[in-house]
Amino acid sequence: MIGDLLAAIDWNVVFIILLAFIKAFVIVNVLLVIFAYMTVTERKVMGRMQARYGPNRVGPFGLLQPIADGIKLALKEDITPSQANVWVHTLAPILSLVPALIIFAVIPIGPSIPLGEPGSGSEWTWYIANINVGYLYAAAIASLGVYGIVLAGWASNNKYSLLGGLRASAQMISYELPQGLAALTVVIIAGTLNLYEIVEQQNRAGLPFGLLPIFGWIAFAIYIVSGIAETNRTPFDLPEAEGELGAGFHTEYSGFKWSMFFMAEYVNMVNVSALAIILFLGGWWPAVTGIAALDGVLGPIFFTLKLAFFMFCFIWLRTTFPRLRYDRLMGLGWKFLFPLALLNLTATAVWVALWPRGWWPFI
Amino acid sequence: MAYVELKSPPPPKGLMGEIAADLEALTKGLAVTLRHLGQKPVTLQYPEERPELPPRHRGRHELERHENGLEKCVGCELCALACPAKAIFVEGAENPPEAPVSIGERYAKTYVVNMIRCIFCGFCVEACPTEALQLKRVFELADYTRESMIYTKEMLLAPAYKKEPEDSWLPG
Repeated sequence: MIGDLLAAIDWNVVFIILLAFIKAFVIVNVLLVIFAYMTVTERKVMGRMQARYGPNRVGPFGLLQPIADGIKLALKEDITPSQANVWVHTLAPILSLVPALIIFAVIPIGPSIPLGEPGSGSEWTWYIANINVGYLYAAAIASLGVYGIVLAGWASNNKYSLLGGLRASAQMISYELPQGLAALTVVIIAGTLNLYEIVEQQNRAGLPFGLLPIFGWIAFAIYIVSGIAETNRTPFDLPEAEGELGAGFHTEYSGFKWSMFFMAEYVNMVNVSALAIILFLGGWWPAVTGIAALDGVLGPIFFTLKLAFFMFCFIWLRTTFPRLRYDRLMGLGWKFLFPLALLNLTATAVWVALWPRGWWPFI
Repeated sequence: MAYVELKSPPPPKGLMGEIAADLEALTKGLAVTLRHLGQKPVTLQYPEERPELPPRHRGRHELERHENGLEKCVGCELCALACPAKAIFVEGAENPPEAPVSIGERYAKTYVVNMIRCIFCGFCVEACPTEALQLKRVFELADYTRESMIYTKEMLLAPAYKKEPEDSWLPG
């Protein structure tokens, strides 16, 4: 009986599932470590930009600061307002963090390395799942993150939180459009939604889409601006405008539930940056030597370097720019970025229709 | 009435001009923050690094002595009179001729400064006719109890004669 069952098991499938679990575990932990060290990096870089030091007391150069912060947050009392909807109040931070974490499943950070004899099909991959609708999946899951914020604002039973949640939903829905249209420009050029294939096309041509004459630049710029708005970072951090709303949707959150919103924000920054790198900056380019093993090792390193640059830019922008007024924020999204993205997309579509062969005519 | 007319740059022309002007402004801002990234922070790492206070900084009070060890204070109570915060209490007494405390006819029997009340204005120093009272560059006066903030004469009195021209607030 048991012998039959064991014989019926396809051990390859078991192995693949097990590997996916291990990878998921590693990715979640790496993302949370990135989050922890982004907080201290942000405070230090921001401090230096404002002619001060930032945290430097806990451990050497303040490097143990995130651990101290983590202990503090975990030990803090978790307060739920007496008039709040307890279930939704608890669910909201989870709804915010989980989508942020699972987007990374489809993000390839390096080229696959073939293993075994050629043609055997077995390979080491730097992603969990390589699905045909990779970008669609990422965009869909990213928009789920809005629910966490809206429900947090609603469940808190606090007018400031509710206003923050409403602002967040309006802002994120508004900026998803130009972001999606900018990404669609790349999808039209590449002819696929598969993130791995999009990177491969850029590397085959030796030119990232972000460097494509005019269409690529515009799409890249729109994507970045919308991406910052999507992650609710300064200068687009209207939902949590502390001056007006008293921290907005997370006013009534404390302790670990509050830190989950915090994690979601930083992991979303990583996601937006990673997608921008894949769509516009050639992913693991310039690790395209043709030697599979070398590329496979160098690829993730280059990807990480680009990611670090993007994260630095997030901090840089936060230090430099003040928050936008709410109507200006909506105006920028709907009256400027959206028409521009639409125009850019149409122009790209016409161009690709005129020269259907070869993914980019003048290379 | 004469007034200065502020000159603003000419308004940008057209949509492209506006976009260009906006981008220029954004780039300027980014350049400022990036430039600061390479500069040394102005923060003073306080417990390790000490501030360089100016010579005439108004900090903790001190009662000075003459070269022969006698107190400069003659118990005239002018400092207490000058104090706007009523932080100083002085009780003068006859200076015993056989064992003089000060050089004058009288001396300060009690001299108390309430550091919670003191506003460090320095009027007491200005009022002092004998230059007995000085405000020093000692600024770490925090403590845990109200009682410990009452500085008695023993605490305020300089242990010995000090010649510190950089501390003197009088010219010459």
